[in-house]
Amino acid sequence: MRTDGLARIVALHLGLVLLLLALNWLLPEYHRGVFSRILVLAVFAMGYNVMFGYTGLLSLGHAMFFAAGLYGAGLTVYHLGWPAPAGFAAGLAAGLALALAVGVLALRTTGVAFMIVTLMFAQVIYLLTLYFTTYTRGEEGLVLAPEDRFIALPGAVLDPTDPSTRYLLALALFAAALAATVAIVRAPFGRTLVAIRENEERMRMLGYDVFANKLAAVAVSGVLCAAAGAAYALLFGYVGAGFASIQYSILPLLWVLLGGAATTLGPIVGTLAMFYVVDVTSGYTSAYLLVVGLALILLILYFPRGLVGTLRERWLPWLP
Amino acid sequence: MAAVTPLLSTRGLSRSFGGLRAVDEVDFDLPAGEIRAIIGPNGAGKTTFVGLICGRLAPSAGRVVFDGRDITGMPAHRRVRAGIAYTFQITSVFARLSAFDNVALSVQRRLLDAGAGRPGRARLEAGVDRALARVGLAGHAATLAGNLSYGHQRLLEVAMGLALEPRLLILDEPTQGLSDGEIAAFIALVREIAEDATVLLIEHNMHVVMELAGRITVMESGRILAEGEPAAIRADPAVQQAYLGG
Repeated sequence: MRTDGLARIVALHLGLVLLLLALNWLLPEYHRGVFSRILVLAVFAMGYNVMFGYTGLLSLGHAMFFAAGLYGAGLTVYHLGWPAPAGFAAGLAAGLALALAVGVLALRTTGVAFMIVTLMFAQVIYLLTLYFTTYTRGEEGLVLAPEDRFIALPGAVLDPTDPSTRYLLALALFAAALAATVAIVRAPFGRTLVAIRENEERMRMLGYDVFANKLAAVAVSGVLCAAAGAAYALLFGYVGAGFASIQYSILPLLWVLLGGAATTLGPIVGTLAMFYVVDVTSGYTSAYLLVVGLALILLILYFPRGLVGTLRERWLPWLP
Repeated sequence: MAAVTPLLSTRGLSRSFGGLRAVDEVDFDLPAGEIRAIIGPNGAGKTTFVGLICGRLAPSAGRVVFDGRDITGMPAHRRVRAGIAYTFQITSVFARLSAFDNVALSVQRRLLDAGAGRPGRARLEAGVDRALARVGLAGHAATLAGNLSYGHQRLLEVAMGLALEPRLLILDEPTQGLSDGEIAAFIALVREIAEDATVLLIEHNMHVVMELAGRITVMESGRILAEGEPAAIRADPAVQQAYLGG
């Protein structure tokens, strides 16, 4: 902490964003599409990381926050005809409201009970998306019309169905989320969260309101995940119950573990790595999930801190 | 003297665990500026008693008054901000953070409470350096707390308490496991701390108690057995009975 290193931290993160920006013109069409998706889902992973990595709260229900954003944006745009930016804001608001409600209740528990409670809340949300199938069309989902997803700016209209625009919008969201994470981690609030993860009772006896800080972490996490969900709905035009299922609660955990919990760059690295491991192996064998599983087991055995976490531990201790 | 309101007082303070009355109707007064030692055999209720004062435990009955305010129902973190700092009996530092970062959490808390907005880096560093220097750990700022020697971890614990700039510092068996040399330095440190804070000390080492305490409170079976100046306590037959056995 004494070796501040703000300059190189900013340089590294800015460099990554600029590299990703250049990729818009360098990547082949297929991979640019994959990257658009990865950037949005990496924001989901970053939101998860705020709670799991930095605060030490293992949630098994984060699909509900992604779904809150997805449906918050999707339903308002599809049924109420809201313009895309208003839909995005509705997604964020839904994520925040859900995070506060779930946080107040779930944070009364710790450890395994916390995992179970978050899992149960996520199941409730998943079942709600099926129960209100009249509005959500359940598993089949809603497809948002391209013109409903246009973003009207003064003097220009952004069309997310255009691959380049979509990529740049995804990148803008990613960059904003990354900047937010770096700022939080380096702020007193971030130090407080890490210290709560390390020794909650000591923090209480240093005068910190542990519950309030944890609740704030859940809120930040929920809003980031909802931002990813809302952006997903608007950029890719599909809103389905599958995104609220247990699978989407486990995936951010795997991405963060693979990339490195409690690192700012772990979520994007983990999401990217997992996508391409699946992408490459599924080209060779239909049993690709076996390969993915094996890769994960090896990773946990030999690099328990994940890819970026290992880098930080061995060579780059200044990484935030 | 009698007219001065004590910094801390308890009235009828009790705490039961099941059928055991660990702290039993304790009336206790601590004037500001004093170094008070609480002694007593194991299981006398000393740690439970200070746990009730700093809010780690809720009392079964009774009141705690700090600086004229009834703080009985106040949660622990707010009592800390009101000026009561507690250092743990079992060393409880953040093992995976550096010594600097450990103390920075205290300094950050104090700066945030001072209401000056976001604590600036320079003031944070100055506050941490001062606290580490006071306990003699200035050279260990970058060391991970978990890698410090046991004695140094105890001192770090004290530095974290000090950095809060408390009005009442509660030290729970601070010299346990320290070497003789470290104990001598520690005695000097507590004397210095007492110049601007009131100190409440749970201690088994009678040498430390006799050196430091202005007054001594003796607890046994959850009650106060005797209270007075060190010489009087040493001469008290009831204390000798409790401590040395009949």
